[in-house]
Amino acid sequence: MNTQAMEIQATPTAAMIRTLGIVSTVCGLIIVGAFQGTYTAVQENKRLATERTVFKVIPAAKSIVEYQAGAGGIQPVAGEVPAGALKFYAAYDGSGRLAGIAAEGGAKGYADTVRILYGYTPDCRCVVGIGVISMRETPGIGDKIVTDKDFLANFVSLDVQLNAELSGLAHEVKAVKHGTKTKAWEVDAIAGATITSRAVGRAINDSAQALLPKLVPHIDKIRSKS
Amino acid sequence: MTATIEIRTAPHIRGPRTVERIMRQVVLSLAPICAFFVYQYGLSAAASLLAVTLACLGTERLFARTGSQSGDISDWSATITGILLALSLPPGFPLWMGAVAGFVAVALGKALFGGIGFNVFNPALVGRAFVQAAFPVSIAAYTPSFLPGRFTEFIPSSLAWPLMMPADNAAWLHAMHLDALAGATPLAKWKFDGVLAGAGELLTSLSGHMAVGPSPLLILVCGAYLALRRYLDWRIPAAILGSAGLTAWILFGFDAVRYPNPFFMLFSGGLILGAVYMATDMATSPVTPRGMWVYGALIGLLTVVIRYYSGLPEGVMYAILIGNAATPLIERITQPTPFGVGEARKARRAGTYPLHPSYISREEAGASAPKKRIFRNKPKRTP
Amino acid sequence: MTPAQAKNWDEFMEGIWRQNPVFVMVLGMCPTLAVTVSAVNALSMGLATTFVLIASCFLVSVMRNVIPKEVRIATYIVIIATFVTVVDYVIQAVSLALYDALGAFIQLIVVNCIILGRAEAHASRAAPVPAMINATGMGAGFTIGLLALGVVREILGAGTLFGISLFGASFQPWVIMVLPPGGFFVLGAWLLVFAWWERRKPGADVAEVTQHA
Repeated sequence: MNTQAMEIQATPTAAMIRTLGIVSTVCGLIIVGAFQGTYTAVQENKRLATERTVFKVIPAAKSIVEYQAGAGGIQPVAGEVPAGALKFYAAYDGSGRLAGIAAEGGAKGYADTVRILYGYTPDCRCVVGIGVISMRETPGIGDKIVTDKDFLANFVSLDVQLNAELSGLAHEVKAVKHGTKTKAWEVDAIAGATITSRAVGRAINDSAQALLPKLVPHIDKIRSKS
Repeated sequence: MTATIEIRTAPHIRGPRTVERIMRQVVLSLAPICAFFVYQYGLSAAASLLAVTLACLGTERLFARTGSQSGDISDWSATITGILLALSLPPGFPLWMGAVAGFVAVALGKALFGGIGFNVFNPALVGRAFVQAAFPVSIAAYTPSFLPGRFTEFIPSSLAWPLMMPADNAAWLHAMHLDALAGATPLAKWKFDGVLAGAGELLTSLSGHMAVGPSPLLILVCGAYLALRRYLDWRIPAAILGSAGLTAWILFGFDAVRYPNPFFMLFSGGLILGAVYMATDMATSPVTPRGMWVYGALIGLLTVVIRYYSGLPEGVMYAILIGNAATPLIERITQPTPFGVGEARKARRAGTYPLHPSYISREEAGASAPKKRIFRNKPKRTP
Repeated sequence: MTPAQAKNWDEFMEGIWRQNPVFVMVLGMCPTLAVTVSAVNALSMGLATTFVLIASCFLVSVMRNVIPKEVRIATYIVIIATFVTVVDYVIQAVSLALYDALGAFIQLIVVNCIILGRAEAHASRAAPVPAMINATGMGAGFTIGLLALGVVREILGAGTLFGISLFGASFQPWVIMVLPPGGFFVLGAWLLVFAWWERRKPGADVAEVTQHA
């Protein structure tokens, strides 16, 4: 060792570890304290946010239960949703009867993925409402999917019934050019925001194609609130 | 014995051409195009030209007074910016938005860089890019040309209050028994609805109620006048149109159903106006002849690529802005070999060196060397 | 004002005016450009950063004599990260909508160079009270900077201020203002205003700060 290094008063290793240990302990306590202190409020907020979106797409809903549809039928969600299973919300009205199903779908829009939640009712086998969960579409053009009344009217009863073999939708949900909607399963696109409108149509189609064949055969299981 | 020696620095050859003169000629050549634009769209087009140009001139005056920028409104360059900007906007574009575009064009596109000659991007396109991003709905709202009452009434959207949303033209058009599609530009019709307009009617812009700018044919004629007088370099428009046409033609060859024919690509949208008047802006395009070809080819290719593969129907503006940004780089890689350096030294030892016009870009007839008398007292060379 | 008060006041004003983190030092540009689409977002982000700044400067200042210089950066980061986590939970508890609007930029406060810079340059050498005063000034300066951007962008981009409509329903929003380029334009315009202000002050010594975020 050279003399220069000897002259510098080095901090002992034990002191460094001790200080870091103290700091970590103090910080750990603060973090855990903050987490515990806010836990109930955060969970409550999250629940409210989910309920608000689900209630928006299924107007009759009063309470919701989270379910997953996988190879083995429908189960309530406990912990993580396993791979291959799809999560959805069953919404019940005031008397505990099934008011509808809400599920998420996503498709590439103009700027980024448009993620939506749509409501499905087994009685009319149709989509009864949509809500946007997240999107980055151009303000003033693409974001009309939230406000445009004519566009939202598409989703009051959008036909998504299954085909005879129950393997997929009888008719593909598809956005068509503004003013040319003729069938109950077509989505009348917003003029000037065709790409975003198509994304909404595709999001519903992709999600419904995957979820409904797994869900509809077992729908009686969740007819009433358990 | 006294000898007067006048010492001067280069340039020793002086032409009668000044910035003011060039700019005045460009404005002059734009006059027929403006007249055609007014003929097509009437009052609104005239008001738009006036509002945008006045906004440009006002901004130029403001910055010429307060800042240390070069140039002033007397050099006509702000007038050109205003006219080109107004021509590239829809005729029914709200006048207050046009004024915003004019202000941004000169303030952000030109004054911030130090005035005329220092700007990196074409000011008119900077202004247009800003309003394109700020008011995407209004800038896409074209109206059909040659409407019956165009000289007596404004297009409703023109007269929006400042900061307020313009009126929707749809009801107004409906009252004239025109369908909604008449208000879409040929490019938008092709992109979103798959309707293709004929190249012939696009070239003249004269037939029917089409939502198009001034006639590409007229622009080409006016551009040819400038090119003949050597106020713009013919290489740039030639390279842009050539490369755009070639790219479109190759794609058309691959899949004639999916891609439109190259003539539609060339004559639709603002490609001709951009190629002739905007890309040739002297401050923002390369000065080397080879560089001009590279620059033009880049813009033409990008235009077609943006039109085909992006969400936007029109790509000329962004293509030229990207070309502007690439200009310093293009100039660097296309520097001509200095006279007497490199290969030429060996090969042409005893040859003659004609001053071929292609050696000097934007050269001009009528340039003259200083008068002989300056060299009257040439100092004797020491042996 | 006693000399001590004057000194404190000076310390406080340092961050707000002479060394404003946004307009003079041009630090913390990431949240400045990203979350200032509305005045509320800007204000919340500013307050969150201010809280982290004050709390971590206080803790660093208290522990300044026991932290060995070899491990000081690690210590500072742990302290800052702690308070950022606290802020993260608190914002989630207060409003999920706000939490979604601010997005990843809450967690990114950890690497906001204003905070580490203050801890390193000031709090590690000052007593707790001056350190907190300085941190408060810096936080206030940062909040003012964010608000200056947020207010302009919200007024032009949505026609509202703190969610209150200013021009009525027929206002034409300038879409560009809520997009990323709008952030750059407005920041550039404010920097221009500040530079112009500095220059026209007679005999002003222009702060030549060359730090960058």
